[in-house]
Amino acid sequence: MKRFGLISVPYLWLLALFLVPFLIVLKISLSDTALSIPPYTPTLDLSQGWAGIREWWAGLDMENFTWLTEDDLYWKAYLSSLKIAIISTVLTLMVGYPIAYGMSRAPDEWRPTLMMLIILPFWTSFLIRVYSWKAILSNEGLLNQLLMNLGIIQEPLIILNTNLAVYIGIVYTYLPFMVLPIYSALERLDESLLEAAEDLGCSRFTAFWLVTFPLSRQGIVAGSFLVFIPAMGEFVIPALLGGSKTLMIGKVLWEEFFSNRDWPVASAVAVVLLLLLIVPIVLFQRNEEKQREAEK
Amino acid sequence: MRRLSWFNAVSLTLGFAFLYIPMMILITYSFNAGKLVTVWSGFSTKWYGELFRNEAFLDAAWVTLKVAVMSSTIATILGTMAAYVMVRAGRFPGRTLFSGMIYAPLVMPEVITGLSLLLLFISIGLDRGVMTIVLAHTTFSMCFVSVVVSSRLVTFDQSLEEAALDLGCTGFEAFRLVTLPIIMPAVVSGWLLAFTLSLDDLVIASFTSGPSSTTLPIKIFSAVRLGVSPEINALSTIMIGLVTIGVIGASLTSKRSIAKRQKDEQEAIL
Repeated sequence: MKRFGLISVPYLWLLALFLVPFLIVLKISLSDTALSIPPYTPTLDLSQGWAGIREWWAGLDMENFTWLTEDDLYWKAYLSSLKIAIISTVLTLMVGYPIAYGMSRAPDEWRPTLMMLIILPFWTSFLIRVYSWKAILSNEGLLNQLLMNLGIIQEPLIILNTNLAVYIGIVYTYLPFMVLPIYSALERLDESLLEAAEDLGCSRFTAFWLVTFPLSRQGIVAGSFLVFIPAMGEFVIPALLGGSKTLMIGKVLWEEFFSNRDWPVASAVAVVLLLLLIVPIVLFQRNEEKQREAEK
Repeated sequence: MRRLSWFNAVSLTLGFAFLYIPMMILITYSFNAGKLVTVWSGFSTKWYGELFRNEAFLDAAWVTLKVAVMSSTIATILGTMAAYVMVRAGRFPGRTLFSGMIYAPLVMPEVITGLSLLLLFISIGLDRGVMTIVLAHTTFSMCFVSVVVSSRLVTFDQSLEEAALDLGCTGFEAFRLVTLPIIMPAVVSGWLLAFTLSLDDLVIASFTSGPSSTTLPIKIFSAVRLGVSPEINALSTIMIGLVTIGVIGASLTSKRSIAKRQKDEQEAIL
């Protein structure tokens, strides 16, 4: 009985505030847009029982979803979000892996400090960290001032309000999410394996490639999901660093909701985004459960 | 003692430079006398003065703090319960759904969470305000708490709990007297994590807040969307300073408590 109470409290909370809201989004995505408050007409009327459901089923036209395929803004935004998320995940991995590797090879007494230095930005406001790049990347910004004073460039580089600025922003803000899982995988690595590989005639690089890298795979997978999935729906970074040409689905959803006040279309955008993300989310969850089993 | 190879030394230096230089620039320019944040025109603390006279920012900071304290406290209780269920309750109907609902919010794009919660609040007729932000923040941060706490629970020796039960404790007493003190560091870091997540959140708060409950990130976002401003730099510096003090303080305390525990254990053996 007590066990039941313990399970049911968090369970019901998540059902009511996580699962039910999604069902509502799904329902509204199938409703018609209207000029009223709230700005949609529900097509499903449960108070009429089965007759209501049958009528809703008969009149179901998936109008908002058809709209998403007809207006090329939407699928272009999905594709461009996918592209931006993939590129920035790869970049974050390329920047993050050497840091995690260096941390795991550092003298033991340095490690707590290095660990703290990685975690500290993670506790600092996300918004502030994104904002800090605005002053660096703008046309009169510090990066351009530096490069022009050094004589490397004559004309300022246009970086702010382009996709490049979005990549930099994502790599910068999501870096701890990539470094920490890779570091914890590398830290567990038994070093005698590397010695064995070298004794057997591997060069240090081959030993790294054949032993260290495969054994850190779980960390790489976890880190990549932790960057890729939220980056797909990112809003703040494209809104602050990207330009008018930067198309990302999180921004489209935001504008559809707050500027156009088109709730059914915004909901349909969310439903499609979720369907796209369900595979990576399930894979991420599997990976986490597997890791938990391994730790036991 | 191991020494760093040049490759590792270079990658660590570059990596940390990349992480810290933007924040240092931000802090430096908060003390700039001029209005521009890209041209240095002398040292001044006037932007801090401006900031403390700005009532809108102070109000928003107060709302943010209230929301963060309430949501992180509820999230810690619910998240610890959820962690206990995940690690200890064994099989029960709907377990897969439960673990899915714990992990999904960790990576769910904020725009989806925000939109779905807003539509829920509207459809049940709940007025948007501090309360709705608290509900929203609690929901996603309890999942983070439960991941932190459950990683501590899996390494915990269950026979200690069984011993307490054998010695006549009720289940709750065994939890309060044995389990809770041992997992306490994880519960505290879970609370801190939930607290910072709430302080930091812009997107979910934008969806779930009402006109009278603007939080600090909403305020900052609308100010920086148009451009850079030294006042925001000053505010950021204060926030970075508080976080730095908090993180260093927490790590020193935990180092001391680990040292103390090791000493106690040694004395107990002697």
